[in-house]
Amino acid sequence: MKHLVILGAGTAGTMMANHLNHHLKKPEWEISIVDEREEHHYQPGYLFLPFDIYSPEDIVKHIEEFIPKGVNLVKGKIDKVLPKENKVKMTGGNELNYDLLIVATGAKIAPEEIEGMKGSEWQKSVFDFYTFEGSLALRNKLRDWEGGKLVVHITEMPIKCPVAPLEFAFLADSYFKHKHMRDKVEITYVTPLSGAFTKPKATEALEHLLQEKHINIESDFAIEHVDNEAKEIVDYGGRAIPFDILVTVPTNKGDEVMARSGMGDDLNYVPTHKATLQSKEYTNVFVLGDASNIPASKAGSVAHFEAEILTENILRFVKGEPLKEEFDGHANCFIETGNGKALLIDFNYTHEPVEGTFPFAGVGPLRLLKESRMNHLGKLAFRWIYWNVLLKGTHIPFVSATMSESGKKYN
Amino acid sequence: MERTIAGKSIAVNEEGYLTDFKQWDKSIADVLASEAEISLTPRHWEILGYLQNEYRNEVPLSIRKIGKSGVVDIKEFYQLFPKAPLKTATKIAGIPKPASCI
Ligand SMILES: Cc1cc2nc3c(=O)[nH]c(=O)nc-3n(C[C@H](O)[C@H](O)[C@H](O)COP(=O)(O)OP(=O)(O)OC[C@H]3O[C@@H](n4cnc5c(N)ncnc54)[C@H](O)[C@@H]3O)c2cc1C
Repeated sequence: MKHLVILGAGTAGTMMANHLNHHLKKPEWEISIVDEREEHHYQPGYLFLPFDIYSPEDIVKHIEEFIPKGVNLVKGKIDKVLPKENKVKMTGGNELNYDLLIVATGAKIAPEEIEGMKGSEWQKSVFDFYTFEGSLALRNKLRDWEGGKLVVHITEMPIKCPVAPLEFAFLADSYFKHKHMRDKVEITYVTPLSGAFTKPKATEALEHLLQEKHINIESDFAIEHVDNEAKEIVDYGGRAIPFDILVTVPTNKGDEVMARSGMGDDLNYVPTHKATLQSKEYTNVFVLGDASNIPASKAGSVAHFEAEILTENILRFVKGEPLKEEFDGHANCFIETGNGKALLIDFNYTHEPVEGTFPFAGVGPLRLLKESRMNHLGKLAFRWIYWNVLLKGTHIPFVSATMSESGKKYN
Repeated sequence: MERTIAGKSIAVNEEGYLTDFKQWDKSIADVLASEAEISLTPRHWEILGYLQNEYRNEVPLSIRKIGKSGVVDIKEFYQLFPKAPLKTATKIAGIPKPASCI
């Protein structure tokens, strides 16, 4: 019997378990999936929790619920991968041997990278919303906050779901309006990029929205430290921005296990071939989701498209056939803009997000790069789709793993 | 598009970054530096040389990596190329603006 081991039972690992369970069957194959957590979190929900739009029950479920029968769920912390020996060592001493390994250990925040970030004000006036705990603490703070300077901040790129901090700023605007206290809150968006986003057309649209909502933007800000006493963030050039509440997205890094295994880069991401998703160093190791270093968005939608293509490549690898160089970096993200509206962007490695309709050319019903109520409903539906369709590895009708150029306005 | 820098016709993109590194030379760097209100010292040249080397070796550039490179710390990098050092320095060095991937 051959062994396929999946590291991480989050979004990407769970999808792969569901896909491969149909193809690699006993007695030839045994599939195991490893995770240290009891719960599966719908991370996009962390954005809504601080504003009381979702409650904890909406976004947390048991990991087991989504692992198919026939796949072996191994609970525990992965200590180390020994890729030269085709072995995974668990904390506590257990070992798993593999013929094929899929790395899906994700990314997490590392506030300790910046001096003073995890200091005396952490979860008092300095918050993150990229963890369940951070998001919940922020909700409790906002519930009876009386106003002041709210600073929404990105430490450095890349981060998971790079539009989430912008969405946070938009939702904050809408939240304080509804509480009739928008005039008491000054919102500032601080980014290391030179504009609201990395791609020109989307940046234009998003900066217009920031202006409309009276959100200030401070760009090219490379944070050096958080001053807990003066309550300011200070950049390397000496620029200081004061806050009453700082909502920061700390540095994102791959899991430490990749560093311990000597498989990660300086941010613990695993060097991966961007079109085949095979590890650059070990032919029997494949990587998907946030754990890889490919230049695509770190998003659940990306993991979904990757999973379709990786499934095919794993089956090819098993049969000794050449891999398909098919993954094009396709990402599809809703951007919540507040007041019951959202934008939608669809892009890949080579094509930036532009205006148009989705998924049907000329029809929609979703509009690309334009605010609409329909897009907002799409974002809310995404949670249902996530739990009921995406994790099961079911193909989404009309949306292909590689990006379609039809219905889009490229110049 | 083309623009004339130091008497030569040079290919640049909309943001003014050279699109063909082979066209770069020191006189071009001097012009681009003075446009950014920087006068280049030996220390600047050292860092520009380092950035070009990384580019030739296809190493993606980031502030973090430069800070850990041992060539220059981030504080000094900011003093030499104020405001947005990586963007300014790569432009003067004639290499592409680092893609902060999304
Ligand atoms: C605030 C926020 C908003 C977001 N919004 C969106 C959105 O709107 N749309 C979208 O598409 N995406 C969104 N995302 C991104 C999306 O959630 C991630 O890209 C996706 O979950 C990545 O899946 P993954 O499987 O790679 O990682 P994860 O789902 O994080 O899974 C990694 C798993 O590996 C396990 N693991 C790691 N290391 C070890 C170890 N050493 N031992 C044992 N187990 C280990 C972890 O416990 C975890 O379960 C958002 C993310 C955040 C934080």
